[in-house]
Amino acid sequence: MTTAAIMETTQYLTFTLDDEVFALDIGTVREVLDFRSITRVPKTPEFMRGVINLRGSVVPVVDLRLKFGLARTEQMVHTCIIIVEVAVDGETTVLGALADSVEEVLDLGADHIEPAPKIGTRLNTEFIRGMGKQNDRFIIILDIDKVFSIDELALVQAAEINKETAGLAATD
Amino acid sequence: MEESRGPMNDDSDDSMEHIVEKLRLTFKEEAYELLAELEATLLELENSPADSEAINRAFRVLHTIKGSSGMCAFYDIASFAHEIEAYFDLVRKGEIVVTKEIIDLTILASDQLTSLFDVIYRDGKADTERTEQIVASFKKQTSGKTGARAFSGPRGADLLLPLSDEKGPAGGDKAQIAPAEQQDAREQRQGVDASSSIRVATGKLDSLVNLAGELVTVQARLSQTALTLGNSALQSIAEEVERLTADLRDNTMSIRMLPIGTTFSKFKRVVRDLSAELGKEIELTTDGAETELDKTVIEKLGDPLVHIIRNSIDHGIERPDERMAAGKPRKGTIHLSALHSGAHVLIRVQDDGAGLDVDAIRATAVERGLLRIDAEITEQELWQFILTPGFSTAKQVTGISGRGVGMDVVKKSIDAIRGVLEISSEKGAGTTITLKLPLTLAIIDGFLTKIGADSYIFPLPLVEECVELTRDNAFSKSNRNLINVRGHIVPYIRLREQFSINGEAPLIEQIVITKAGKRRVGLVVDAIVGQHQTVLKSLGAFYRDVEGISGATLLGDGTVALILDIPKLISLAEQYREVDVPDQAAPENRQVLQEGQSRLTLDEKNDARGKYLLIT
Repeated sequence: MTTAAIMETTQYLTFTLDDEVFALDIGTVREVLDFRSITRVPKTPEFMRGVINLRGSVVPVVDLRLKFGLARTEQMVHTCIIIVEVAVDGETTVLGALADSVEEVLDLGADHIEPAPKIGTRLNTEFIRGMGKQNDRFIIILDIDKVFSIDELALVQAAEINKETAGLAATD
Repeated sequence: MEESRGPMNDDSDDSMEHIVEKLRLTFKEEAYELLAELEATLLELENSPADSEAINRAFRVLHTIKGSSGMCAFYDIASFAHEIEAYFDLVRKGEIVVTKEIIDLTILASDQLTSLFDVIYRDGKADTERTEQIVASFKKQTSGKTGARAFSGPRGADLLLPLSDEKGPAGGDKAQIAPAEQQDAREQRQGVDASSSIRVATGKLDSLVNLAGELVTVQARLSQTALTLGNSALQSIAEEVERLTADLRDNTMSIRMLPIGTTFSKFKRVVRDLSAELGKEIELTTDGAETELDKTVIEKLGDPLVHIIRNSIDHGIERPDERMAAGKPRKGTIHLSALHSGAHVLIRVQDDGAGLDVDAIRATAVERGLLRIDAEITEQELWQFILTPGFSTAKQVTGISGRGVGMDVVKKSIDAIRGVLEISSEKGAGTTITLKLPLTLAIIDGFLTKIGADSYIFPLPLVEECVELTRDNAFSKSNRNLINVRGHIVPYIRLREQFSINGEAPLIEQIVITKAGKRRVGLVVDAIVGQHQTVLKSLGAFYRDVEGISGATLLGDGTVALILDIPKLISLAEQYREVDVPDQAAPENRQVLQEGQSRLTLDEKNDARGKYLLIT
């Protein structure tokens, strides 16, 4: 393999949500954990599932299915938590993402990746870095920093809390 | 070349560049400490210009800065420091008398030194022409005096430090320092340091604190396991580990404690510069500079304190003529004090100025719709308004500060370190602002409770007592959340509802009665587990805006428990009013409106038992 080819090929970790295959740049993935009990933090949106203890650190866990408009992740045999490193305001933050299953580490050359389609996906196209092609299937390569940007999480949070408050006020 | 390495030789066999790099790193903190000491000394000299001890100290500090800068190959700094040092040498020998002018000039020089160091260590900027201007001013002062030494070193020094072409502005003189002088500076430094303390990187200390924290967590698990197994031998070991862990924890915490004095001396400068600018005469007195606080608390305290002091200077203390007219001494006083009080440190900023203007604050509060025009509230309550965002009594606003402007930021910073801010003021006599701060931010005594499967921790100092809440003893009247605790009516909040936790509450719930400020409020949980040494963990950036939760901790079994922010929970859950039914004809006048917090409504006249809060 020539140097140029090495530069162009990146490794991706593929995982599934429902029946779709997603991928993350392996450089952002720190480890993959088995599903474990998550402590919910009150007054936060549903897709923020809560926090776990990762060897002494408190790490937030996000339900990617809820985030992408799918049904809530239920614990199955293959359910796991992908621990990723996300750049938030220039600082690296560790975060867990729930996945239905983790598949493999995949080498994808630049020639196997196409730009994100503008339509035809349920996802906000901002979250998609590109569409990878492996054999006959498409893999959605996520832009992890965008998915977990603080604005993205905070905006939804504010909306949810308002809803919650309004709901409570009505029941008073 | 070999022999000219001189004092460096015994350090290591590393390359010259490497050694200098290491020296620079070591010198970083020290440089700023020396500059702080220089400034403090100069301010002291300003008060007593003949103090020979202070003059000697200034000389010594400058000498050390010069020597160490030379060792680190900061030649422009070294030569600059030399100029000032040479001057203080003359002062020391009694050839020149210290004047206010000189002090001002030296303070300027010290600022310039700070910015020169900033260029090296903190990506700051410095105006090199300024260095020359200051040196020129000094030369003017020293000209004609004998004994001013020229700054030069033997040529051999070029060989000593081959980095000489790396630093220093173009055209600046790259003077060298003789090895002997460096040796001198180094010995002096070692002499000072070795006697009392060693310098440790903050990172190492933080990881030590983390480890102690982890140990506390594991120890809790050990104790729990020992208790479950019922093995007495194991239990006695667990108890011993518990005792040792507690000692280790306390000791580790105490390592991070620093005296607050360094922060105090920073304010001397603030007071000096600002009062001169405003044409006021103000003296800053301090007390309890040796009081120790956690390093992180001290770091976060600087800005709020500066703000409070600026407020005092700008709005508290009157002009000399006004003070004379009011029969007060010309010179105003700001007294800064720190003292231990249980698990807290009290920091007080006390001025003998004009005090807060009751009428102006009241008028503004009414104008902004925060208070009814005919409302009767105590002064204490009135002062709280200056902590509201954007609250300012218009005529007081100046470029420096407006009493009230930014006080909400101060309050926020103090809240962030779990402190409490209290204000007291007397018209004409002055204002006192008291900050009540926790000793440490890393570990607290907690009170562990359960709601459903989740664990929640109350900060133990806020917990007063626990009572059972059965279906019968709930205050049944019109469905209010009130309970009668030995004749006192206490309102309570159901956390299960607040946090929208699913599931059925047990038949007998527990109310944890907390005391936040002067009010007692109960928080309902499912069950009480007991006291718990709580190592605070941040919830991280993604959960930073969560209201009512201040952090998390790890329990013995590895699960995560959330720490409750009691004052926030209470203020979220209520819009309150204190009702003194017997002596208030129209209790609704006492209503204090708090915007956006209308979750709770008020009962008009429920019980004449005295002060209480009503929460529905």
